[in-house]
Amino acid sequence: MSITLPDGASPIIKVRSLENRFGDQIVHQDLDLDVRRGEIIGVVGGSGTGKSVLMRSVIGLQTPTAGSVEVLGENMIGREEDEAKNIRRRWGILFQNGALFSTLTVAENVEVPLREYFPKLGTELMDEIACYKISMSGLPPEAGNKYPSELSGGMRKRAGLARALALDPELLFLDEPTAGLDPIGAQAFDQLIRSLQKKLDLTVFLITHDLDSLYAICDRVAVLADRRVIAVDTIDRLLQMDHPWIQEYFNGPRGRAAAAA
Amino acid sequence: MAATLAPSDQLNGSIFSPAGALTIVRAGSVARELENTPDPLTIDLSRVERMDTVGAWLIHRSVRDRGAQVTGASSELQELLRQVAEADHPAPVRPVGERGAVAELGAWTMEAGRTLVGLLGFFGATLVGFLNLIRHPKRFRYNAVVQRFDVVGVRALGIIGLMSFLIGIVIGQQGAVQLQQFGAEVYTINLIGRITVRELGPLMTAIMVAGRSGSAFAAQIGTMKITEEVDAMRTIGVSPIEALVIPRLIATVIMMPLLAFWAMLMAIFGGGLFSWISLEIPPLTYVQRIAEVVPATDLWVGLIKAPVFGFIIALAGCFQGMLVANDAEQVGLKTTAAVVQSIFLVIILDAVFAIFFSSIGWI
Ligand SMILES: Nc1ncnc2c1ncn2[C@@H]1O[C@H](COP(=O)(O)OP(=O)(O)O)[C@@H](O)[C@H]1O
Ligand SMILES: [Mg+2]
Repeated sequence: MSITLPDGASPIIKVRSLENRFGDQIVHQDLDLDVRRGEIIGVVGGSGTGKSVLMRSVIGLQTPTAGSVEVLGENMIGREEDEAKNIRRRWGILFQNGALFSTLTVAENVEVPLREYFPKLGTELMDEIACYKISMSGLPPEAGNKYPSELSGGMRKRAGLARALALDPELLFLDEPTAGLDPIGAQAFDQLIRSLQKKLDLTVFLITHDLDSLYAICDRVAVLADRRVIAVDTIDRLLQMDHPWIQEYFNGPRGRAAAAA
Repeated sequence: MAATLAPSDQLNGSIFSPAGALTIVRAGSVARELENTPDPLTIDLSRVERMDTVGAWLIHRSVRDRGAQVTGASSELQELLRQVAEADHPAPVRPVGERGAVAELGAWTMEAGRTLVGLLGFFGATLVGFLNLIRHPKRFRYNAVVQRFDVVGVRALGIIGLMSFLIGIVIGQQGAVQLQQFGAEVYTINLIGRITVRELGPLMTAIMVAGRSGSAFAAQIGTMKITEEVDAMRTIGVSPIEALVIPRLIATVIMMPLLAFWAMLMAIFGGGLFSWISLEIPPLTYVQRIAEVVPATDLWVGLIKAPVFGFIIALAGCFQGMLVANDAEQVGLKTTAAVVQSIFLVIILDAVFAIFFSSIGWI
């Protein structure tokens, strides 16, 4: 079983020989990863193994020391801001801490990408779009004109999701979306992502620590360890592998509980 | 009719028939076209190859508001239309409370009044904190205070010294230009000595400390409020006044007169250098003249004002920091408020001091 797809296939994200280092610390080395169109891929790994850094490299927020990254068929490394704009329009990102603009209401937050890319839409249409995105993300209408600081953690995640979905992206990046949510909230969020993925035909790059999320919604799981992706496969197949970290992760008490659920 | 369709949108009476991709990219123009199509409207989706939720929304909105008929939608498009319809819950977008000018003025006045009352209240709370510390001296945080000495005092030496040195030169130069007209340039020394020791030393130091440390206090405490560190302290039983405010107050009150004295020295030094080079007054004469013309009371005036200024600066900085709530923008606002408020109060106090010292004969 190999990590990358055969040469003929055209993955939506294609990472080759990625290397990231901060000073002496090497976070990634020789990392390969392919993400197929239309799948939900879960990315797991211990804290500090570089999951967030991997996401930042893929979306071009961080220039890797070496290697190549292609997203939607376009090279992402060393791009000019303007050139990359057309690609940026086609993905949505939910950051680990929400990263909502604190001086704007939730609805205004959702409108930011709309205004940036399609200023000609007109205020009325933008307001309407923001409202149905908010509703699709499972927020009550009253949340529309609230400020992020007035929302609970779970609602903030949903607001972040609404903003990530603003431009009808093909590709959705989620960095630990269920971290810090209560189990019921987390389950609801999982279901929301699953149903949105089906409805809107999304590809989802999901960083998570949440075993329940992995079992519930991921088509494949990529395991980050030893500075690279050591395996990408369905959980059932991963369980057959005898890498110590994978065994401990999925076959520990929590892993078994999640599998039984 | 279908046979003659060109591969572009067609407007045929009241039939709107978009072709190709009906997505956010052309949402603006499609919305306008829809608007220009008269009722009763029929929307023919048979030539749409791709549609996203924004396209679906435009269709949905026409159906909802104008009773448009939709024909030719594939099952996928129908599903998308259904999903958008499901999510149709109008929500408020803008924040509540845009006010008129008069109401704005009223709100501003109320806010200013509340801030003043709040500052007084905070002053009271700090005094209570002091009394508690005097009763339980073991709780006093020496380390925190010493650390603040370094940040507020030692690290400010360079910039305050440079600023005062330059101010000394400027006063000397400007004074000399004016006094030369009367042949009285030797009085430049009186001007430099008295104005720096009595007024500019403490005042400029206060402004610099307000900008450097007052703002830092507000930002530090404000950030701690946002990250709930202040709440965590309270629940552990540590009083934020004792742990955060009093060390900063003490450090600033002690450092201000030292910095002000340093500022006076550097200004006199700068003025002396100018006098030597430009007016050819030898350094020894300059020092002797300074000692003669600057009365001891001037030094006292300067050194009494400085700690009071320091107290006001630290109090305003910590108070504004404590007022931060909720979001990051507030940290910026309150930091600005801390600097503006403390400089304003310092200048008012300076005027009060001027009247007070004149009336007790320290002229
Ligand atoms: N900007 C940075 N500068 C220095 N080190 C960083 C930076 N960003 C991340 N790191 C380091 O990279 C490692 C991986 O971080 P991260 O991707 O955030 O981990 P996680 O897998 O928990 O998301 C960590 O050890 C972190 O200290
Ligand atoms: Mg992370």
